[in-house]
Amino acid sequence: MSKMVPVPSAGIIPERDLNSSPILEISHLGITFGGLVAVEDFNLVIGRTEISGLIGPNGAGKTTVFNLLTKVYQQTKGAILLDGVDTKGMTTVQVNQLGIARTFQNIRLFSSLTVEDNVKIGLHNQYKYDTLSGILRLPPYWKAEKQAKERVRELLSIFNMEHMAKYKAGSLPYGAQRRLEIVRALATNPSLLLLDEPAAGMNPSETEELMANIRKIRDAFQIAILLIEHDMSLVMGICEGIAVLNYGKIIAKGTPEEIQSNPEVIEAYLGKQKEDGSDA
Amino acid sequence: MMKGIKKIKKSTRSNIITYGIVVLFFIIVQFLVMTGRMSSSLRGQLVPIAAYIVMAVSLNLTVGILGELSLGHAGFMSVGAFSGVIVASTLQDQITNAPLRLAVSMLIGGILAAIVGVIVGVPALRLRGDYLAIVTLAFGEIIKNIVNVIYVGFDSNGLQMGLNSAKSIQLEDGGKMVLNGPMGAVGINRISTVTAGFVLIIITLIIVLNLMHSRSGRAIMAVRDNRIAAESVGISVTKYKLMAFVISAALAGFAGALYALNFSTVVAKKFDFNTSILVLVFVVLGGIGNIRGSIIAAAVLTVLPELLRQFNDYRMLIYAIILILIMIATNNEKIKNFINKIGFMLDLKTKNNVNKGGTAK
Ligand SMILES: Nc1ncnc2c1ncn2[C@@H]1O[C@H](COP(=O)(O)OP(=O)(O)OP(=O)(O)O)[C@@H](O)[C@H]1O
Ligand SMILES: [Mg+2]
Repeated sequence: MSKMVPVPSAGIIPERDLNSSPILEISHLGITFGGLVAVEDFNLVIGRTEISGLIGPNGAGKTTVFNLLTKVYQQTKGAILLDGVDTKGMTTVQVNQLGIARTFQNIRLFSSLTVEDNVKIGLHNQYKYDTLSGILRLPPYWKAEKQAKERVRELLSIFNMEHMAKYKAGSLPYGAQRRLEIVRALATNPSLLLLDEPAAGMNPSETEELMANIRKIRDAFQIAILLIEHDMSLVMGICEGIAVLNYGKIIAKGTPEEIQSNPEVIEAYLGKQKEDGSDA
Repeated sequence: MMKGIKKIKKSTRSNIITYGIVVLFFIIVQFLVMTGRMSSSLRGQLVPIAAYIVMAVSLNLTVGILGELSLGHAGFMSVGAFSGVIVASTLQDQITNAPLRLAVSMLIGGILAAIVGVIVGVPALRLRGDYLAIVTLAFGEIIKNIVNVIYVGFDSNGLQMGLNSAKSIQLEDGGKMVLNGPMGAVGINRISTVTAGFVLIIITLIIVLNLMHSRSGRAIMAVRDNRIAAESVGISVTKYKLMAFVISAALAGFAGALYALNFSTVVAKKFDFNTSILVLVFVVLGGIGNIRGSIIAAAVLTVLPELLRQFNDYRMLIYAIILILIMIATNNEKIKNFINKIGFMLDLKTKNNVNKGGTAK
């Protein structure tokens, strides 16, 4: 287990998490693409059951932070500790097995496969059996497949999507695709869930429902959630702590109330009232 | 009323139809052969058809299920063919039971093709991008050139191997050449049978279809659909790419041994780029990722030139028209749905006789 880390001045970690070590500690994280400094001196600590938000204007570097956490990119500076373990040099697969799961700003489903298979693929490292057992249909195959199928139903029921199990993932409406990505990420049994613009493309009532479900997921799974979102009602409504990124640097950290009244944040967002999420 | 029908999973039903088609055709073929109603030229095509079906299904594993382009699938067939011939000749006296000798030869041919698959696949599949197409293309040509300079003979002292010329090996009296450089494998004892071809097709189907509907197969398809997402849920991309490619190579090796042991001589040129493309054509026409389509396309397009012989001048025209028709039929969503519906109705009818059920969605 990791050492106790002092709570940052902004007081992001909620009280219930104060007695345990944080799930995520990011210190001095940085990456440059060619000459472009995409993320610089990024520091963030997240509690075990905390819902936190990462906001900022387009191109601020939010998705890049997710890509660093999930090792799509290796950092050029700084350290990422998940549950006290330094993830430096690990692969995407390894950090997922360590407990980080994510969704994507540009939906990345296995679109030619069914909803059920998408979630089963998320369960890849949860219910295992070897390839030969699969080809010869040996007992481990039947046992694991049965367990996986039941788990898929349970997971889909979070969003009341059980009836969609046999649909092709690519044929689902946009909102359902975003929800399926969350279910697939949850299937990997993460301790930290990263959501990249989960409400993008959703209508207000869908967004409302999503907010309730994100809370429900945190309560049921007792995990930490870090989300990127442009929809301020969602961010202010469910995040306990928020970090604001601008030009790759954190310009503010704090509770929703503190962030909303922070002059620097207001300036960064001034005239940038936007709703859409473009590419990543 | 719908409750009465025990729903079979759609994929299971589709697989049953595929196996059913193969079994049905085997029975029809056996009947035609036994009653002497099949021309000898067509009879000679039966084992090659079986080999090409296995080639098409296995290439579909790489192209359709894994989503990587391979332009040298015949190279693996070649490895299986010549190693199979060498094994069969060597074991001629040790294993007198011909079907058993065939099985052992095919098995070793497949294993060697799998090993070569690892050697080709590891460097090519670790790289991102379409390197596999280039590497397999080169591999197919390299294998051809290697086989062309290998001389293998066999006498009471055992197996002898040499390079570049027949003089490189000295056989004692009663010794026999097995592999004779550019002249290929010679004096092969023809032990392949239609039944062996049928069994190999069924084994291939079991491997490929069961793999597709298992944990590893889903991982392979996940890599195909979205590599980054697959990694994000903890799937090792290289491992599953290699798995699909090596299984595909092994099956091609089996097919190669079956094919070669059906003829008295086989040359390396038989497994060149043209053959790789021919098999790729079967896969594309049958529908990428569609296993049943691969079987039908391989079978129809292998017998077609033979059947069209009577049309002389119009032969290639009819061949081309049939190619186009197959492509439309197998790649058209509406026709596919229609075929599925017929299959489903047949399925339902048999069920209705047991318990009066209504229509299910
Ligand atoms: N692989 C890359 N190579 C070069 N530049 C990159 C790369 N990835 C991101 N960038 C750059 O880094 C900056 C931050 O991009 P990022 O996608 O993280 O922004 P974002 O905050 O997620 O924006 P948005 O709200 O539009 O999604 C951008 O200027 C982008 O062009
Ligand atoms: Mg982004």
